[in-house]
Amino acid sequence: MPWDLKSDRPIYAQLMEQIKLLIVSGVYPVGTKLPSVRDMAAEAAVNPNTMQRALAQLENEGLLYSQRTSGRFVTEDADKVMQIKNDFAVGVIHEFLEKMQKLGYNGRQTIALIKRIIEEESENGQRD
Amino acid sequence: MANAIECFNLTKRFPGCVALNEVSLAIPKGQIIGLLGPNGSGKTTLIKIVNGLLTPTAGEILVEGKHPGVETKKAVSYLPERSYLNDWMSVNEMINFFGDFYSDFNKAKAYDMLQRLNINPKDRLKTMSKGTKEKVQLILVMSREAELYVLDEPIGGVDPAARDYILDTIISNYSENAAMLISTHLITDVEKILDGVVFIDRGSIVLSATVDEIREKENKSVDALFREVFKC
Repeated sequence: MPWDLKSDRPIYAQLMEQIKLLIVSGVYPVGTKLPSVRDMAAEAAVNPNTMQRALAQLENEGLLYSQRTSGRFVTEDADKVMQIKNDFAVGVIHEFLEKMQKLGYNGRQTIALIKRIIEEESENGQRD
Repeated sequence: MANAIECFNLTKRFPGCVALNEVSLAIPKGQIIGLLGPNGSGKTTLIKIVNGLLTPTAGEILVEGKHPGVETKKAVSYLPERSYLNDWMSVNEMINFFGDFYSDFNKAKAYDMLQRLNINPKDRLKTMSKGTKEKVQLILVMSREAELYVLDEPIGGVDPAARDYILDTIISNYSENAAMLISTHLITDVEKILDGVVFIDRGSIVLSATVDEIREKENKSVDALFREVFKC
């Protein structure tokens, strides 16, 4: 996955977000070892100290843990990963609802529309 | 010793012009710092003093804890703004030349980078385009295992793909024991790989901060802030 970094926000905060996304989407599954700081920095094309800062912060939040000699790992706590995944989903939905509101749809109308589209999609899926 | 470069009230006057005006600055080891400023702001003057090519009018500068001289030149890998290489030499000859000159020169690294950038080591410098010459110079500078790298406008003439490779090389060569000072106008390209930036204007330092401090406080990129601070 390419690292998409915006220019108007702190880089370390964006790195934290993207690493979280990599974890919840299963690129780095629960309990796996992360690449080295240097490799991750090179892949994201960022300063290694900035990457280090993002990883240290995620460690503070309990999403990663270090083992002194063998490197850094994703937490074994699947519930925690699930919770972060939910947080992301809630964020996406909030953003979506805001856009729908701007288009003039209230909550009920939005839900009705979503239902219709999902039904249509599943019908189309059956036909294929 | 934690700082690669330390300046105290560093001043350089030329006839009719103050190029540096009481600059105090510390660049810690393990950091990549961007030296940013408009044309004629004093960037190259500062860099030349770091490398012992100019002597300060007043104030003091320490590079790796010493005054610039033979000992610091061993520790500093410097990419000047202009080429000083001999046009008639081939890349192979230059690599041998650098290998003889600097004990910390890593030939394998140089050949590896040449290959990645598709440069034939048998080619002579005078047959090369401006951009390719710049790449060769940068490869020579980056192939040293130095304690301090000072790059004066390193990526100005190279194409965007090579620029990415060069920035990638800088990241993968990063060492906690080495520092890097990069002067450039291509801020957007480099800001992601910098720890901090120093803004210099008419010989004085007007801002010294980390990239994320600037983004946090100003909600804008270093590039956007530069355009604002130095608006013409």
